[in-house]
Amino acid sequence: METANYKYVIFALVIAAIFAVAPFSLPRFYVYLIALIVTTGLLSTSLNFVLGFGGIYQFHHAVFYGVGAYGAAVMIMKLNYNPWIGFIVGPLAAAFLSLVIGLICIRLSKLYFGMLQISLGSLVWAIVYRWYTFTGGDDGIHGISVPPILESPIGSYYFTLIVVALSLFIMYRILKAPFGSILQGIRDNVVRSQAIGVNVRRHQLIAIVIAGFFAGVAGVLFVVVDNSVFPDMMFWTLSLEITIMALVGGWYTFLGPMLGAAIIVLLRTFVSTMTEYWALALGLVLLLVILFLPEGVLGKVFEIWRERGLGRTGEAERTKGTDYA
Amino acid sequence: MLEVRNISKSFGGFRAINRANLDVKKGEVVAVIGPNGAGKTTLFNVITGILKPNEGQVVFKGEDITGLAPHKMCKKGIARSFQIVNIFSRLTVFQNVQIAVFAEQGRDLTLFSPSRKLAVDDTYAILDSVGLTEKAKSVCGSLSHGDLKVLEIAIVLGGRPELVILDEPTAGMSPEETGRCISLIQRLSTERGLTILFCEHDMELVFSIAQRIMVMVQGSTIIESDCASVRRNKEVQDAYLGED
Repeated sequence: METANYKYVIFALVIAAIFAVAPFSLPRFYVYLIALIVTTGLLSTSLNFVLGFGGIYQFHHAVFYGVGAYGAAVMIMKLNYNPWIGFIVGPLAAAFLSLVIGLICIRLSKLYFGMLQISLGSLVWAIVYRWYTFTGGDDGIHGISVPPILESPIGSYYFTLIVVALSLFIMYRILKAPFGSILQGIRDNVVRSQAIGVNVRRHQLIAIVIAGFFAGVAGVLFVVVDNSVFPDMMFWTLSLEITIMALVGGWYTFLGPMLGAAIIVLLRTFVSTMTEYWALALGLVLLLVILFLPEGVLGKVFEIWRERGLGRTGEAERTKGTDYA
Repeated sequence: MLEVRNISKSFGGFRAINRANLDVKKGEVVAVIGPNGAGKTTLFNVITGILKPNEGQVVFKGEDITGLAPHKMCKKGIARSFQIVNIFSRLTVFQNVQIAVFAEQGRDLTLFSPSRKLAVDDTYAILDSVGLTEKAKSVCGSLSHGDLKVLEIAIVLGGRPELVILDEPTAGMSPEETGRCISLIQRLSTERGLTILFCEHDMELVFSIAQRIMVMVQGSTIIESDCASVRRNKEVQDAYLGED
């Protein structure tokens, strides 16, 4: 266990170092691309918090991303608040909306939950799309002013990285805590979870609010990176895309969605310069993953590790329990 | 401790339970027997809150608990196992029991303390007592059917119940596994002083560990008495035990 942890620390430090030096060695476009990937990755991770770890079919998760971004944008540009206040209001608005939509949908299970959630999310999208005076309608809101320190690409890049890392860390801790353990229990077996005394709906609702909050954080980061918001951010196709990211990366793994986001965003960026049918490539990737890697890329990697005995669940130590996820 | 009074439950036009009665005293081991479709599992589902009865009452320790939600039943001290293996399939054996302990300790909303350091001794104590310690780190998918049924019971114990309800604890077990399971149930009764209510097809098991037996046929209670009287009862012999 100790040696395995040691390896993870080294791995994490290397990744951190690569991210830290990126702005000094890469063209500006790639720096923007990395920021976009980690932001989208955070969004997909927040979805997977309820999807892969909670078994909750939150099919229209992007709506909370959009509301987080719009919450900040409207506070800053329409109501003239300090940007920092907008950045805090955005995720809170997303968390609040996820509570409202969650309360309505939670009575239903699985696919029925997902279908109602799509419709309610689309309703929110329709309001944002039509309400020109407040949300800018289909134009969105552009040129959003951000705090001076975030105006430079490097400033916004580091801010994004730090917030994403912090958000991932918090979600990871929650999943490794009893709350997360029980959430995974609910995913596996709702009836049994009730039978051991878990208030399943309350538990799921709290998970939905946490996920909505971090989707809102990702939305704010998009504002920081792009200085704009537009209704497509909460259109259902984005929800589908981030779901695919989680599936491709590995929806039973914590970092899978981040990896999936990297794969899909890169694919979209480079394939769409070659052909306008980039969705065809996406479909192909999805098909291959479903056929050959049903647990996603990272799920497959962990499976190989376990088979080679490098796994995280290998050593039996009586003083400690086993790790979840 | 548990009183079931005139419970009825219908599904559409079909009356699964028809005025069933049952009385379980503290420390007793009581069996519910009856042919397939007699309503045994339905009765257990009503007692544990998964189904709401159409009429009648469930009284536990003097309190009317009819129709409470399942998780509240568990908090009252009633824990159950399931006839068809019903566990947390992607978690390890250890984790299956541990989350039941978490729920019992009211830790379900603990957001930041790491699970791996919590309730470890309590969980191992349960695994030790049912004999699953060696399999603690295995993911449940790799367990034999017999081990899974024992895990069912271990999860129940995680809730530190006063009343344990076991729905066909030995269903599908091999003879040795059944023997192991019988002695486990007996130990739970004698060592932990648990009150146990179970239903079972295996007559040998029923007569060897039950102190009292309730016989259900077509949703109704025919007799509720000690083993000897049940054996002698004419109606029971006709309905269930056969010719011999």
